[in-house]
Amino acid sequence: MAHLLNTPFVPSAQTLRRSPNLPPGARISGRRGRASVQAKIREIFMPALSSTMTEGKIVSWVKSEGDKLSKGESVVVVESDKADMDVETFYDGYLAAIMVEEGGVASVGSAIALLAESEAEIAEAKAKANSSSSSSSSPPPPPNTAAPEPQVVNVASVAVAKPPPAAAVASTHQASDGGKRIVASPYAKKLAKELKVDLGRILGSGPLGRIVAKDVEEAAAAAVESNVAAGSGPAASSPSPGIQLGTVVPFTTMQGAVSKNMVESLSVPTFRVGYTITTDALDALYKKVKSKGVTMTALLAKATALALAKHPVVNSSCRDGNSFTYNSSINIAVAVALDGGLITPVLPDADKVDIYSLSRKWKELVDKARAKQLQPHEYNTGTFTLSNLGMFGVDRFDAILPPGTGAIMAVGASQPSVVATKDGRIGMQNQMQVNVTADHRVIYGADLASFLQTLASIIEDPKDLTL
Amino acid sequence: MQASLSLSVASHASPAALARSNHSSASFAPVNLRFCGLRREAFGFSDLKQSESRRVCPSSARRWKAAVSALASDNGSAPKSFDYDLLIIGAGVGGHGAALHAVEKGLKTAIVEGDVVGGTCVNRGCVPSKALLAVSGRMREFQTEHHLKALGLQVSAAGYDRQGVADHANNLATKIRNNLTNSMKALGVDILTGVGTILGPHKVKVGSSNVVTAKDVIIATGSVPFVPKGIEVDGKTVITSDHALKLEFVPDWIAIIGSGYIGLEFSDVYTALGSEVTFVEALDQLMPGFDPEIGKLAQRVLINPRKIDYHTGVFASKITPAKDGKPVTIELIDAKTKEPKETLEVDAALIATGRAPFTQGLGLENINVATQRGFIPVDERMRVIDANGKLVPHIYCIGDANGKMMLAHAASAQGISVVEQVTGRDHVLNHLSIPAACFTHPEISMVGLTEPQAREKADKEGFEISVAKTSFKANTKALAENEGEGLAKLIYRPDNGEILGVHIFGLHAADLIHEASNAIALGTRIQDIKFAVHAHPTLSEVLDELFKSAKVKAQVSSPVSEPVAV
Repeated sequence: MAHLLNTPFVPSAQTLRRSPNLPPGARISGRRGRASVQAKIREIFMPALSSTMTEGKIVSWVKSEGDKLSKGESVVVVESDKADMDVETFYDGYLAAIMVEEGGVASVGSAIALLAESEAEIAEAKAKANSSSSSSSSPPPPPNTAAPEPQVVNVASVAVAKPPPAAAVASTHQASDGGKRIVASPYAKKLAKELKVDLGRILGSGPLGRIVAKDVEEAAAAAVESNVAAGSGPAASSPSPGIQLGTVVPFTTMQGAVSKNMVESLSVPTFRVGYTITTDALDALYKKVKSKGVTMTALLAKATALALAKHPVVNSSCRDGNSFTYNSSINIAVAVALDGGLITPVLPDADKVDIYSLSRKWKELVDKARAKQLQPHEYNTGTFTLSNLGMFGVDRFDAILPPGTGAIMAVGASQPSVVATKDGRIGMQNQMQVNVTADHRVIYGADLASFLQTLASIIEDPKDLTL
Repeated sequence: MQASLSLSVASHASPAALARSNHSSASFAPVNLRFCGLRREAFGFSDLKQSESRRVCPSSARRWKAAVSALASDNGSAPKSFDYDLLIIGAGVGGHGAALHAVEKGLKTAIVEGDVVGGTCVNRGCVPSKALLAVSGRMREFQTEHHLKALGLQVSAAGYDRQGVADHANNLATKIRNNLTNSMKALGVDILTGVGTILGPHKVKVGSSNVVTAKDVIIATGSVPFVPKGIEVDGKTVITSDHALKLEFVPDWIAIIGSGYIGLEFSDVYTALGSEVTFVEALDQLMPGFDPEIGKLAQRVLINPRKIDYHTGVFASKITPAKDGKPVTIELIDAKTKEPKETLEVDAALIATGRAPFTQGLGLENINVATQRGFIPVDERMRVIDANGKLVPHIYCIGDANGKMMLAHAASAQGISVVEQVTGRDHVLNHLSIPAACFTHPEISMVGLTEPQAREKADKEGFEISVAKTSFKANTKALAENEGEGLAKLIYRPDNGEILGVHIFGLHAADLIHEASNAIALGTRIQDIKFAVHAHPTLSEVLDELFKSAKVKAQVSSPVSEPVAV
C-alpha cells in the first residue's frame, strides 16, 4: 500500500505514528439509499481525511470501473488540504461506476463512486450513477448551474474522457463564450473558486480591466447581500449581512489588542471635563477650504494641537506612576472605525504641519488603515487622542483614555442651538460639545479647563488654523 | 625530510582517493570509515600526521605548503619560464575556491576577471537572492496572522520599503564581493582585470594586449541567464534574474517562466512582497528535478496556498514587453503539439528557464575545442576534451561552463579537485555527494539520487533499495517554532546501509542536508551514523530520526574498540 500512496505522510517511519491522527483507511460506508435502490449497491463517499477538510480532490483511481474489489484494498487516492491518502474499501464487490473523475473535486460526504455487490448489478449501478447524481442535487436541470455539486455531475457525465489533472485549473480561465477571454489575476481566480463566484460575470477593476481579488470579494459580498435581502424571515432583518447570530467568534488580532488596552486603562485614575464650543466660524472656514482638500478632522486636529502647544501638561503622559513626560512633539491620534475594529492613525507634529499637508497626510493614513498597511509608528505614537462621533449625530459622549497618553477628547456633532447672548438676546449658533478624559495623576481639573478655554477660543476664531 | 614525508603521503593517498570516489559501488576502503568514527574525535589532531588522512591539520599546513612547492620545482616538469603556475579565467565562486586552494598548495596563482569579482553567485545570484529571501521570510511570518497568534504574538500591518529591500541585497553583494577580493589579495593571488582569451597552450591574453603564461589554466567563466528565442528581454517588464535581483519594481502580477530553483525562489520573494504569480512550466509538472514526493509536498506548501497559479506542459513561444499602455503579453503553445494555447497578459515576466554557459570569446578555437550547446566538454577530472575527443593538456574547465552541475559550491569543489591534480595527487570529485538547496520558506534540499533515479539504478545493478521518512511534525524544535510542516526522506540500500539520496523539505532544510552529504562524501554507512549523537532539541534530530528509522541488515562496520572515558 505504501508505495501506491506516494504521500509524505505514510506511517512508515516510527516518528509519524504519534503525529497525524489520520487513519489512512477509508470511510466507505454502506448506506441504504432511496426506496427504489437496493442495498447491494453502495456509495463510496469522499472521506474526511482531516478535521479541517471540507472537500477532496481525486488524485487517481487505483481501480477502474468493473474491477473486483476486496475488503481493505485501495480504491482511490484522495488529496485533502494536508496530504494524499488512499482510500480503501470496507466491502467486497465491484467498482461499478466512477462518479468523480481524476482531477475532480467533491465535498466531504458526497458520493464519488458506486460499489456493486455482484457483476450483474454493475449495469444497474451505472444507470443509477447517471440518474442519482443528477437527482441528488435538488435543482433538477443540471446543465447550466454553476454550484459545486453540479460540477460533480458534469464531471461524471464526461467520465469516459480522462481529463489531465491540470485541466481543472486551466479550464477556469480558458477563453469563455465567443472567444472572449477572461483576464483575472492568480489570486482572483483562486478566490473565485473558493467563494464560488463566476468570473464571467465580474467586471475587472484592475489594470486594463483585469479582474483582481478585490473584485471577486466584492462580487461575493454582493451575492451574500442580495441573498440576505431576498431571503425570507428574520435573516433579512439581521444587523448586517454575513453575521451569524448565536455564534461565538474569537477576537481578531486587532480586537484582542483593543481589549487588552481597554482593560489596561482601568488602572489609570481618570476624570472628565466638558465644554461647549461655538463652531459658526469654524464651519464657515471649513466651507472655504473644503475645495482645497481640507477635512474637518484635520481642522479639529490642528486646533487641538495649537491648544496643546500652549498647555504642554495636557500633552504629557505618565507611564510608571512616579514620573511623567512632557512629550516633545504633539502627535494627534484620531480614532478610526474599521471593519471589525478600531485603529488610531497618528498625525505627527500636528501643531507644526500646515493644514493642507495635514489633510493629505490624513487621507493617506486612512487609506493605509483600510488596507491594513499602517506601520506601528503610524498608529502607536499618539500623544493626544481625538474621537469624533459627530457624523453620526451623537451630541456628546465619553471616551476611555488609551494607556500611555495623558488625555483623549470626545467630539460630538456641531448642531444649531438656541442661545442667550450676553446682550440679552436670543440667537442661534452652531454648537459642539467636547468632553476630555484625562489622567488625573498628571493633569488636573484646572489644566483641562484652561486647555479647553484655549481650544474654544481657537475654534471660535479659527483664522490661525490655515496659517 | 619534509619532502619525503609529503611524497609518501601523496603516493598512497591516490588509491584512497579512488576508493572514495568509487564508494557507491560495493567495495569499500575501510580507511575512509574512520574519518567520522569516534576514535578520530577522541584522539584529536595529534594523531593526524601518522594516520592515512589526507586532511592537513592547521599546525602542519605551512610545512606542507613548503613541501609541495619544493616538490613542484624538483620534478622539473614546470619550467621557470611561465609567469604563473596556475591561471584561472573567471573570478566567480569556482575560480575563487580554486585560487585559495592553489595558494595553500604553494602555487603561484593569478585570476583573470573581465567583469566584477564574485561572478554570478555573488553579484547576480545566490548572494543577493538570499538577501531578498531573508526579507520575504520575515514578511511571510509577519503576514500569517494565525501562525503568529498561535505563538501569542501580535504584529499589525507589516510593510516594507522596496528601495530598502533592494539596498539590502545590493549591500550584501558588495560586502561579499569585497570579502572575496580581499581574501585573494591577502593570499597574494594576482587579480588581472580584463577579458581572458586563450591563445594556445599555457598562453592567455588578458584584455587587449597583456599576454601571460601559466603552466596550467582553469576555465571558470560561468554562465548567464538563458533566454529562449521569441522572448524579448527589456530589463524592465520582461526580466531575467539579473534584473529581478535589483528589485526595481514589484509588479502586481508577474509570470515566472520556469519553475526550477530560480523560479521558485523568486515566487517566494514576489508573493511575500504582495505580487501574484503565474508559473509557466514546459514539463508536465512543476518543480522538475526535485524528488517527486518532495515536489508534491512543496507544491502543497509553496504554491497552492499562495497567490500563485500555473500552466504546465506549455512553452512561452513569444513574450513582448509592456509598452504604450499595453501589458506584457505571453503567448503559450502546447509543449508537445506546438499548438497555440492561450495568451497571458501580465505586468511583468521573469525568465527563469535556466542558465547558458558563458564561453564565447574564450579563444577555444585556438586549442581546437568545440563547445556542446555552449558547454566545454570535460572528463571526470575536469580536463578539457578537444574536438577530436582527446584531452587538452594543462587546460581544465570547472563550474557552470562545463555544465556538469551548475551550482556555485560544485564549481568550487571542482576547482579544488583540479588543484589537487595539478599538484600531483589524483582526485575525482563525487558529484553525488554535492548537496543542493532551494531557499524558499520552508527550504528544500537534497543530495544524491532521487527515488526514481535510485530505483532505476537498483533495477539495473540488481540491488534492493528502501525508503525511510520522518516528519518535522515530530521534531520538538520545529514544533517550538510552529513550523512542523516538512519531511525528510532517505533512500538507501538495506543490504549494506549505503546512503543513496537524502531529500529534505522543511525549516532550515538547506542547513540540515550536510550531515547527509558529508556521510555520502566520506562513505559513512547508516549503521554507523545512526550512533552519532545529536543535541536535543535541534532540527538536526530530524536526520537522526531518519537514520534511526532505516532498517539496515549490515552490522556496525567499525565498532568502537577502545571506549573513551570522560
